[in-house]
Amino acid sequence: MKKSINSLLMLALLAGLITSCNNSKSNKNGDRGALASSAAEKVYVAPGEHDEFYAFFSGGYSGNLTVYGLPSGRMFKEIPVFSQFPTNGYGYSEETIPMLNTSHGFVPWDDLHHPDISQTNGKLDGRWIFVNGNNTPRIARVDLETFETEEIIEVPNSAGNHSSSFITENTEYVVAGTRFSVPVPQEDIPINEYKGKFKGALSFISVEEETGRMDIKFQLMMPGFDYDLSHPGRGKSHGWFFFTTYNTEEANSLLEVNASQNDKDFIAAVNWKKIEEYVNNGGGTKMPANYAHNVYDHGTHNATTTMKKEVLTVDPTKVPGAVFFLPTPKSPHGCDVDPTGSYIIGNGKLSADLTIHSFDKMIDAIDNKKFDGEAYGIPILSFEDILAGTVKQAGLGPLHTEFDGKGNAYTTFFISSELVKWNIETREVIDRQPNYYSVGHVMIPGGNSAEPFGKYAVSMNKITKDRYLPTGPELEHSAQLFDITGDKMELLLDFPTHGEPHYAAGIPAEILAPKSKKIYKLEENKHEYAALTSGDTRVERDGKEVHIYMSMIRSHFTPDNIEGIKVGDKVYFHITNHEQDFDVPHGFAMIGANNAELLIMPGQTKTLYWEPKQVGVWPFYCTDFCSALHQEMQGYIRVSPENSNIELSWSLGE
Amino acid sequence: MKKAGIIMIIGSLLLLGLFKFPLWNIMLGAPQYPEPLGMNIYITGIKGVSEFDIQNIDGLNHYIGMRTIPKTEDMWEFEVFPLVIGGMVALGVVVGFLGFFGKVNHWWFIGWFALMSVLGIMGMYDFNLWLTDYGTNLDPNAIMKMTNPDGTPMSYKPPLLGYQKMLNFDVDSWPHIGAYLMFVGMVLTVIAFFIGKKEWKKKVFATT
Repeated sequence: MKKSINSLLMLALLAGLITSCNNSKSNKNGDRGALASSAAEKVYVAPGEHDEFYAFFSGGYSGNLTVYGLPSGRMFKEIPVFSQFPTNGYGYSEETIPMLNTSHGFVPWDDLHHPDISQTNGKLDGRWIFVNGNNTPRIARVDLETFETEEIIEVPNSAGNHSSSFITENTEYVVAGTRFSVPVPQEDIPINEYKGKFKGALSFISVEEETGRMDIKFQLMMPGFDYDLSHPGRGKSHGWFFFTTYNTEEANSLLEVNASQNDKDFIAAVNWKKIEEYVNNGGGTKMPANYAHNVYDHGTHNATTTMKKEVLTVDPTKVPGAVFFLPTPKSPHGCDVDPTGSYIIGNGKLSADLTIHSFDKMIDAIDNKKFDGEAYGIPILSFEDILAGTVKQAGLGPLHTEFDGKGNAYTTFFISSELVKWNIETREVIDRQPNYYSVGHVMIPGGNSAEPFGKYAVSMNKITKDRYLPTGPELEHSAQLFDITGDKMELLLDFPTHGEPHYAAGIPAEILAPKSKKIYKLEENKHEYAALTSGDTRVERDGKEVHIYMSMIRSHFTPDNIEGIKVGDKVYFHITNHEQDFDVPHGFAMIGANNAELLIMPGQTKTLYWEPKQVGVWPFYCTDFCSALHQEMQGYIRVSPENSNIELSWSLGE
Repeated sequence: MKKAGIIMIIGSLLLLGLFKFPLWNIMLGAPQYPEPLGMNIYITGIKGVSEFDIQNIDGLNHYIGMRTIPKTEDMWEFEVFPLVIGGMVALGVVVGFLGFFGKVNHWWFIGWFALMSVLGIMGMYDFNLWLTDYGTNLDPNAIMKMTNPDGTPMSYKPPLLGYQKMLNFDVDSWPHIGAYLMFVGMVLTVIAFFIGKKEWKKKVFATT
């Protein structure tokens, strides 16, 4: 114990030394970079011009996904995914509340990690972007025509959904691995019975080609390690998936020491094609489960929750030749596969070296059964047999690696706070640039695909400190944009990011921009409570329940005077935006509503629930400045005592 | 008069383009409409350049009290124009055929052109009357009542031809493909006249 604390101190000291060294050198570079007119020109996107790339940043504990432009670093949008979003009513409107349902009930928040854009033949196709909720394990699919969350599936038997949500090269599967192993099925047992009893579920979620609909195809029940990150094989290694593990010690307490004892942990190599075949032939065991599947329909503008009651599990020892362990030093974090699919890079986070495994050597070792023992019945390959090589002393604390498609890899080093460029074949370091400060992820558009767009790299820093004007103790994180077209990386820009980005995904604007939807067509609106014409607007009472079918167009609500509502009623405002013009949303806010506002897009219907509690005449209004007469876009509701017998009535312009 | 007859037939057939392509186009651009709103005027009715342009133009116009853009059934012109154009095409083709076989002389060709020109000018006159009415006959309860510096109510009549700045909008009004086809067709009938004149002389010379 004491010894390990000492070595941690040493590590910190060393980190300090290296960062301070780097700082003195790089401050000069940094200053020059910031002042150099060329850097300014490279990130300047003139007013009215468009960025070259979209970048989707995970929001971490914001639970949401943010959309930026590169190279400008301008933020365009925050897409609510796992968190309620009062800005537009996501998770508050009756239509979207089901999106956040889980087996634990309504969970209005999550920790959103690892965006990954759909691919065809290993290339970005820009249909959807997948993200994972880390805390209450969920995978979400965001549509890239509407930039809205369309589907969220809960992952049972999982906890700390971290080695997610990475996709295979034709988007056959989105993969979700558990960081925390748990008893499967859950049971009431002493925590110290962890070893042997806890399982790590790796879930392969199929993605329907046309609709993107997700369904858990199978869960691979692995030994109780921590499955940290993962990436698909591609090209020659398509059909495999690789997961880094730590805590192969299977400690259940003080992991920072107890899970750092083994010199090597594993990368688990999973031949999912083999398991898919096994499952398609009737293999696997169905086990009872309970998990939510939430789907949003753009026709009805409504989300529905289906509770699923069963999941197919696979015991890896029952499928010979499907799962192997690749010994990898020092609690590897990132697990990255180069664009050709030949190399699997283990970023040993407590190490100064990078481990590069060769896919060809791995296959060769498997074919020749060159095993070095086994763990829980899973063969362990010998480290020396599969190693392509190491990048020696590249930095301290490697976390993640991306690729530029020109034979280079870019690895972030957290402890030494730098981005390091190295050659995949020679494994020589080409350049290193300091990051301000303590870089986590790095993203190159398409950097996790067979065809990266190697023009920019964005590093996502964990510590901001003095990079911007101070805003009290709590700061946004900071991203840094590098030009990577030359031999040396050039720092171009700092820009703040929202929440805590755990990875990002970038894609050329020309793939997404032309298909971005502008409005929802009113004639395609299939919402049960839509008022498609002003003639359809009305108020209906069913006991205590009151349904108000309302429409909105510049700049009035129909109806805007409503009487006959009583204290204790349960009032539903179903509001349809009749505009059919790009970027003319209307908002709706009701005084005293205990939820949020609604922001309703042209052609859309949304519903706000309101319980009138006080007698009087209460106003509602449009929250989105919609026209020169926006301030006039208002109305009144008369609320009478519970026992009054005032009839329902409604009007406009009378 | 073989050549002249064929040119006459082709010339009058080009008017059929008016059934497929717009006669006129009016575009409304403004800073907040980087993709301008537009209407295409066909001889059979008015359509938006993009799917919801008419609805959106009407939405804007209601602030200043303009009526909504007429539907096909709201204007007699959209019934009569197709009949007139159809009739003129038929007439031109018949005249061309008769010319081809030497039954009528070239003066029939220029006669057709003259009739078409008179009808065209009448059509433009009618169109301008409609534009004037549409742009000046405003709802007295309009939300915004704009006046010229001299106190007279502002007119929102789009230009018959060309560009005009109207409040925050840049308005462009120009002929469209249908009109250009008609123009080319009419020029062809004039060419048919001159060629026919030569061919007729030869014919008369040959027979005497």
